[in-house]
Amino acid sequence: MPSLDFDVITLGHGSGGILTNKLLESGVFNLLKNPLLDTHHDGAVIDFSGKLAFSTDSYVISPVFFPGGNIGELAVNGTVNDLAMCGAIPKYLSLSFIIEEGLPMTEFWEILVAIKNAAQRANVQIVTGDTKVVEKGKGDKIFINTSGIGEVHAKAQISANRIKAGDKIIVSGYVATHGIAIMSVREGLDFETAIVSDTTNLNHSVKELLDEFGSEIHLFRDPTRGGVATVLNEIARDCGLGIDIAQKKIPVLDEVFGACEILGLDPLYVANEGIFMAIVASEIADDFVKKLHEFEHGKNAAIIGEVVLDHPKHVILTSKIGGKRVVNMLVGEQLPRIC
Amino acid sequence: MKFLSEYRNPELVEQYLNEIKKTVTRPWTIMEVCGGQTHSLVKNGLLNLLPKEVQMVHGPGCPVCVTPINLIDKAVYLAEEKGVILCSFGDMIRVPGSKRSLLESKARGADVRILYSPLEAVKLAQQNPDKEVVFFAVGFETTAPANALSVVQAKRLGLTNYSILASHVLVPPAIEAVMNDKTAPIQAFLAAGHVCAIMGIGQYYQLVDEYDIPIVVTGFEPLDLLQGILMTVKQLEAGKANLENQYSRIVKPEGNPEAIKVIEEVFEVTDREWRGIGTIPMSGWEVKSELSAFDANKKFSVDIVKVPECADCIAGLVLKGIKKPFECSQFGKNCTPEKPLGAPMVSSEGACAAYFHYAEYAA
Repeated sequence: MPSLDFDVITLGHGSGGILTNKLLESGVFNLLKNPLLDTHHDGAVIDFSGKLAFSTDSYVISPVFFPGGNIGELAVNGTVNDLAMCGAIPKYLSLSFIIEEGLPMTEFWEILVAIKNAAQRANVQIVTGDTKVVEKGKGDKIFINTSGIGEVHAKAQISANRIKAGDKIIVSGYVATHGIAIMSVREGLDFETAIVSDTTNLNHSVKELLDEFGSEIHLFRDPTRGGVATVLNEIARDCGLGIDIAQKKIPVLDEVFGACEILGLDPLYVANEGIFMAIVASEIADDFVKKLHEFEHGKNAAIIGEVVLDHPKHVILTSKIGGKRVVNMLVGEQLPRIC
Repeated sequence: MKFLSEYRNPELVEQYLNEIKKTVTRPWTIMEVCGGQTHSLVKNGLLNLLPKEVQMVHGPGCPVCVTPINLIDKAVYLAEEKGVILCSFGDMIRVPGSKRSLLESKARGADVRILYSPLEAVKLAQQNPDKEVVFFAVGFETTAPANALSVVQAKRLGLTNYSILASHVLVPPAIEAVMNDKTAPIQAFLAAGHVCAIMGIGQYYQLVDEYDIPIVVTGFEPLDLLQGILMTVKQLEAGKANLENQYSRIVKPEGNPEAIKVIEEVFEVTDREWRGIGTIPMSGWEVKSELSAFDANKKFSVDIVKVPECADCIAGLVLKGIKKPFECSQFGKNCTPEKPLGAPMVSSEGACAAYFHYAEYAA
């Protein structure tokens, strides 16, 4: 961190004047350096041809620092992954901060470094941005918005319309890990655990999977808020077919499973970060999973179910003991049960 | 996971199911009292594995479901008072009051916190001496010891800004209320294992004798439930009416004396209104009068108008097993988990929500 003559962010840092410049010059521009950002212009001018994917997301996570990461890398990984789910190769991001005054500069710096590292890992450039500061009590330390654009992979044909009966449903790793890691440090719920968030960028593996399997991949989705159950319901609704999943095939870390049992949560509804779901032609499903196993984040990938003609628009789970039940969308926030 | 996977063993589940199928010769209607049991039956898909002769009816043992609308209004009122931190167990905050739920109060700016333990609320009271911390203490006998302990601890710490809004309900009087309704079709009960882990099983001998029905104290895992159902069906088929304890690995006949002691130190028995059912005599606990400084009901004068429940909601009939949720004209139409008319649609343990989630496809 460079030496500065201020240690907390104040309203003046969002005024657009000298203090804003000081904040940006002191590190942001230097840290995230690239030719487009270096122009310091109102926006980035980019040459592009072909199909583009465009996505945006805002990050309001509490707490800002959590086991396994902070809001900075989440803001980069989240939008990078959304683009990857469109079958795109993410290229450029915008980055906007809404900072609550009083945020210690050390914390802001830690977030910036996380952003820089995450952008490097994902091979994306941050080319434009904005900083606003709001009064104490009007925010929650820091909110971040990132938007991103990427080039759609030449072989990608990602669409719910292409899903057909017999397709296999794949998750790329353990479910519910991120949500439980966050919950373990929320006020009032804190419990001791070694669970850390799995937040990471998924774009490189998605690109390689598209290189190899192309149009046999019918859909990518990242089951963030609402969890796997909600995404599966959206998919069933969008493609008009039924979905069968097997509880025993769904990979869940033992510690996460245990925490869910204690808290009365269903891992299928817990938020995820570092995993994606794919719906692929059954002929390539095994090879797809094998390929995923080559990636660090894909080691625990598994086929968890398939698309069926029965019970259109409904998701049915076969429990570990062989019973069947409907899996619905998450209603409101998943609340802990009393007993 | 040790101590869980053993009770979810698919081969053993099949063995028990076969045993139940072999034993049953005619239709029986069994009520599982506890919402936790309902939840497990539904979540594990057990209901459609049981032979059709065994009809499970979901009882009134969901604390969220039976907490009267007035009390929710009271909690909402207190939450919206200046300087109050209203703490609650999670699923209570979505239950609709006559005007709104605690969740909506929170959105309007009330300081509503979801906690796992009332002892966390005591901590909050210590940390916020300028605020009044109120814990919404609902639940059956199971949650009572911790709620009582929070009062004991607050007293020991000399806190004057901690109180509980107690709405404790008791299982045995609820079983009596179901049996006293001659239209209720119940022929046997699975009693709530965790309630008995606290209170013991002594009170249930009287019920078995008085109503001549089998009661089996049962746990919550798939194998617990199937074993409990098998024990019940065996009794029914043999024309017996005994008290049996399936959940003996947790439930001791005398219960948990330490927990009972702290309950008796803080609570006394009172008549209690049950949402959808009405007032059941001696069916609840309230904070003893000598501890009224910790009783939010007495500490704050709450000026709310008593409102009747939604006339279209048949929660009472559902909770007694007289009607199935889908026999309600509002079920799945004007009443869904997103917009519940009555409490059994709110909690995941509520009979209506369970049917909504489980039976939507079947229907």
